Amino acid sequence: MDRVYAARRRRNGIMMGLSLGATLLGLGWLVAILTVLLWEGFSGLSLAVFTEMTPPPGAAGGLLNPIIGSLILTGLAVLIGTPIGMLAGTYMAEYGRHDRLTSLVRFINDILLSAPSIVVGLFIYEVMVAPMGHFSGLAGAVALAVIVIPVVVRTTEDMLILVPNQLREAAAALGTPRAVVIALVCYRAAKAGMITGVLLATARISGETAPLLFTALNNQFWSTNLNAPMASLPTVIFQFALSPYKDWQMLAWTGALIITFTVLALSIVARTLTASRKQS
Amino acid sequence: MRVHEEGSVVDVALQSGAIEAYDVAARAKALSRLRAIDIVFRVLTRLAALTVLILLGGVIISLIDGSLPALRAFGFNFLIEERWNPVTEKFGAIAPIYGTLVTSFIAMLIAVPVGLLIAVFLTELCPMWLRRPVGIAIELLAGIPSIIYGIWGLFVFAPFLQETLQPFLIATFGDIPVLSALFAGPPYGIGMLTAGLILAIMVLPFVTSISRDVFDAVPPVLKEAAYGVGCTTWEVVRYVVLPYTRVGVIGGVMLGLGRALGETMAVTFVIGNAHKVSSSLLAPGTTISATIANEFTEAVGDLYTSSLIALGLILFVITFIVLAIARYMLLRIERRIG
Repeated sequence: MDRVYAARRRRNGIMMGLSLGATLLGLGWLVAILTVLLWEGFSGLSLAVFTEMTPPPGAAGGLLNPIIGSLILTGLAVLIGTPIGMLAGTYMAEYGRHDRLTSLVRFINDILLSAPSIVVGLFIYEVMVAPMGHFSGLAGAVALAVIVIPVVVRTTEDMLILVPNQLREAAAALGTPRAVVIALVCYRAAKAGMITGVLLATARISGETAPLLFTALNNQFWSTNLNAPMASLPTVIFQFALSPYKDWQMLAWTGALIITFTVLALSIVARTLTASRKQS
Repeated sequence: MRVHEEGSVVDVALQSGAIEAYDVAARAKALSRLRAIDIVFRVLTRLAALTVLILLGGVIISLIDGSLPALRAFGFNFLIEERWNPVTEKFGAIAPIYGTLVTSFIAMLIAVPVGLLIAVFLTELCPMWLRRPVGIAIELLAGIPSIIYGIWGLFVFAPFLQETLQPFLIATFGDIPVLSALFAGPPYGIGMLTAGLILAIMVLPFVTSISRDVFDAVPPVLKEAAYGVGCTTWEVVRYVVLPYTRVGVIGGVMLGLGRALGETMAVTFVIGNAHKVSSSLLAPGTTISATIANEFTEAVGDLYTSSLIALGLILFVITFIVLAIARYMLLRIERRIG
């Protein structure tokens, strides 16, 4: 009997050791990526990065035009995608919580949520770039908006469902119409969660490259024209990192550092918003 | 704010009714205005919900429409031919399909056991105060944009593998019959193995966070009963937690697989973009998404563009099926846990 116990205890020890090892491996990977990023990114970080245009090969320069381009594309995509996503989420949680349309939309939305982003790029290329005959910043923003919508739909629906029904009933008992109940009671109660959804969507698209490659394309020069190709940080990183020029590769690392810390900051802010909500 | 004023209109109408003569006309007017707003809002939200369906329909229709010329020109052969020649305009998709499946398989082979073990650590072993920070750190891996994995893979990970793991694999398995074919050729650094390993890191947080969530949902009384008859932690995990959450874990794995199949930028950097089916994992290859990302803007000629869109269609169909299964599985466990 003792031998059986020892064997079981040994197996338990091995498996628990492995699970500790797996966790350390995962954390190690995170640390490995972030330290290299900090190391390489900071060595190229200077004021010029934020004040000068992308340089030709072999010259010094900065990332001003892609930074501005990324801000415009991301901002516009959030502006287009958020209202549609919130309204759709509102329908699913408030008006049609139990109807067939809602369960169908929920299923399709979950698939869109994890669909390959490069396919979204192809879709927008087919419906916008090809008919218009040229690449444009607007097409890039719409492609990103297609990625924003499912994220916002999901969080809006989840957060509105968490709003206690008594609040709705109390408002309805005062004779308040449904739309007013939703706008003044439900939205207010779910505000933190809904903002979190928008922040997560922003974080998600600020690093997206694949859908921009053949919609917004890229632009070596300063341009805020939405009807023309527009530079963005991810596409510039893609181009510069794969180039043989040392200056370009260094700028790519700096751009990577800027994007990663923007994205991580956004997701940490989003997390603390929902965390404080849970405690209160 | 406008809505708010409308809301108080009824209050005013009711109050004035109690004091003075009941103004029926004004009240009816206010009420019909509110009803109109309600209907407009309802229709707007319904339209937005339908937009989600239209988006998916649009994706499918535009991909089919765009890939028709290629499918007409090559027919079924498109799926089984290896050639990919922009000059003679002869295209076949087997090399990118093969690369996509092989890299995703390598990724899942590593990410599933490691992800499950991390979930076990987080739910069974980890002290309470450490659970949240470690969980968040693992999830941050999912937050890092894929292009960062790409640049890190190209400049740091690939050279590292070229110097350490790959020569070791070649030396170890070089003389064993079947395995030597898997690890043949010089260590390039980039290639299908590197792409698969990077994908594994990217998929890991998805497997971990879903497994952790379903592990957490196991009723404590089941685990306590098992501990009560003297089970070790591992036995509880193996014979109580895993059987109870099997459906959910499979759903999480499928969700991760969907990610791995469609991942673009990280793979594009390290796969080497070679259109050939090679038995060696160390050889450069290509995946569907990497081919599209690398070649789409440079594609001249309708047939070339159309062939790339047809690749996109194949990718979408594969991921759609995988993700649909994942959602179905997760729905089943949600219903059970309730």
